Amino acid sequence: MITFENISKVYGTKKQPITALDDVSLTVKKGTIFGVIGYSGAGKSTLVRIANLLERPSDGKVFIDDVDLTTLSKTKLRQKRNNIGMIFQSFNLLQTGTVYENIALPLKLTGIPKKEIKERVKKYINVVGLEDKLHAYPSQLSGGQKQRVAIARALAHEPSVLLCDEATSALDPDTTDSILNLLEQINNDFGITILLITHEMHVVQKICHEVAVMEQGKVIEQGSILNIFTEPKTETTKRFVHSLFNEQVPESILKDLKLDGKVITMSYVGDASGDPALALVSKKFDVYPSILSGRITQLKGEPYGRLVVHLKGSDEEVELSINYLKEKGILVKGYNNEVDINAS
Amino acid sequence: MLANIKEFIDEWGIDVWQSVIETFQMVGISLTISISIGLPLGVLLVLTRPTKALENKYIYQILNTIINIIRSVPFIILLFFILPFTKLIVGTSIGVQGVIVPLVVYTAPYIARLMESALLEVNKGVIEAYEAMGIKTRHIVWSVLVREARPSIVLGLTIATIGLIGATAMAGLVGAGGLGDLAYRYGHLRYEVDVMYVTVFILIVLVQGLQSLGNALAARLKKD
Repeated sequence: MITFENISKVYGTKKQPITALDDVSLTVKKGTIFGVIGYSGAGKSTLVRIANLLERPSDGKVFIDDVDLTTLSKTKLRQKRNNIGMIFQSFNLLQTGTVYENIALPLKLTGIPKKEIKERVKKYINVVGLEDKLHAYPSQLSGGQKQRVAIARALAHEPSVLLCDEATSALDPDTTDSILNLLEQINNDFGITILLITHEMHVVQKICHEVAVMEQGKVIEQGSILNIFTEPKTETTKRFVHSLFNEQVPESILKDLKLDGKVITMSYVGDASGDPALALVSKKFDVYPSILSGRITQLKGEPYGRLVVHLKGSDEEVELSINYLKEKGILVKGYNNEVDINAS
Repeated sequence: MLANIKEFIDEWGIDVWQSVIETFQMVGISLTISISIGLPLGVLLVLTRPTKALENKYIYQILNTIINIIRSVPFIILLFFILPFTKLIVGTSIGVQGVIVPLVVYTAPYIARLMESALLEVNKGVIEAYEAMGIKTRHIVWSVLVREARPSIVLGLTIATIGLIGATAMAGLVGAGGLGDLAYRYGHLRYEVDVMYVTVFILIVLVQGLQSLGNALAARLKKD
């Protein structure tokens, strides 16, 4: 478990203070994958670096498994850090060491017996699937493979917590997916709590149980992944959700469409399916639905679909059909403004 | 031609050989001592820098200034300037023994600077990763910092060694001998140009060989 309690971080001089974090409180439950998303400069990187005190907060406390790190002595903090894994955007492997050495050396330096080091390297290199690269140097590996080595290096300490600082940001989409699958598998198999920060909604959507959205040093929205996707409240969150569903309809077309009917966004989770509901709408009411854009995706395993639909018909009929869709358990909002359609 | 060479070897062979040995002695001994002073000094310079693990303004500034002062003095002046100090340390200020002290005083700060720049090249992220794993600073210094900097350290030491060979040429002034001294005394003062050419040739081969060796070793250590 990781708990941030009223964390603030101020850089710079007294005259010109720069607030990186402003009274942030978060709890990452044991065994969950928690994502922090934000644009660059939002303070998320500072936050994850405070989780193992690579940076000290100006104010506030950090707990890992109920131990307040900010009160620990240097030695105690070092011992505690053995129990906190961390992976980075730039992998941070020894260029002069083989894969084996990269995993074994930190273990050796923390005083683990030789025999156990061998066993652990073998075990965790298998977990990340690089058995055949044990004697390769990092320069001979691809980005994804390097990150796998870094993950094995972190796991070999058998941590209770894994911090991921933009761990997939330097990787191509396919490799990102494979690393995310690996992280999910680690979370499942070893029950390791994962705190990851990213600027890609895709990462959050794929593996996180919970999400916090950060902006200007503050957590502006927080909740389960479904919640954030289906009911984004702030502008930033909406933009992140939109980034995943590239459903921009050109303004000129939109203008024409709005002349006869309404453009709505339908979203549905799990079994509720949008397509048959739309078909029913066209049968029951005097409206002609046409799909402008649509996508279905997995939100941490659950299917989640979004459609942008033009409902052509009289205001009355459109209103009735919207109500009908809502009864079917589908979330209906106006296009692009995400406000509840009845309120508009 | 062959006869000429034989004649030269008969006449000068022993002197040249003697000078080579002296040069090797001076370089070998003062390099060893200089590394054992310069490397830790370089590490200290890096660690006491602002924002580094053992940040200490005073130590860093003092070290920095001392190194700059020593490095400002040309070797030939340093050699005489510290004569009393040399005598205090080794009991004599002449011969190979007497020249080791000024050579070390000259080379150690240079090596410290070269080590500093080599160590600063090491990817900060790797050091951070090791800090995050809870590794002790002294382990990080040796197992990460120095280890990762090895290729640059080797190249730096190559440069330092070549500089050292140049400095030993002046060692003749305090009667320490060496190749430079031979070239100066016989080649220049007594106008035995053959001796000068041969010495210069040997020095060229020596420097070329050292640089190639350094490059090859650095490339082997580099792994990328």
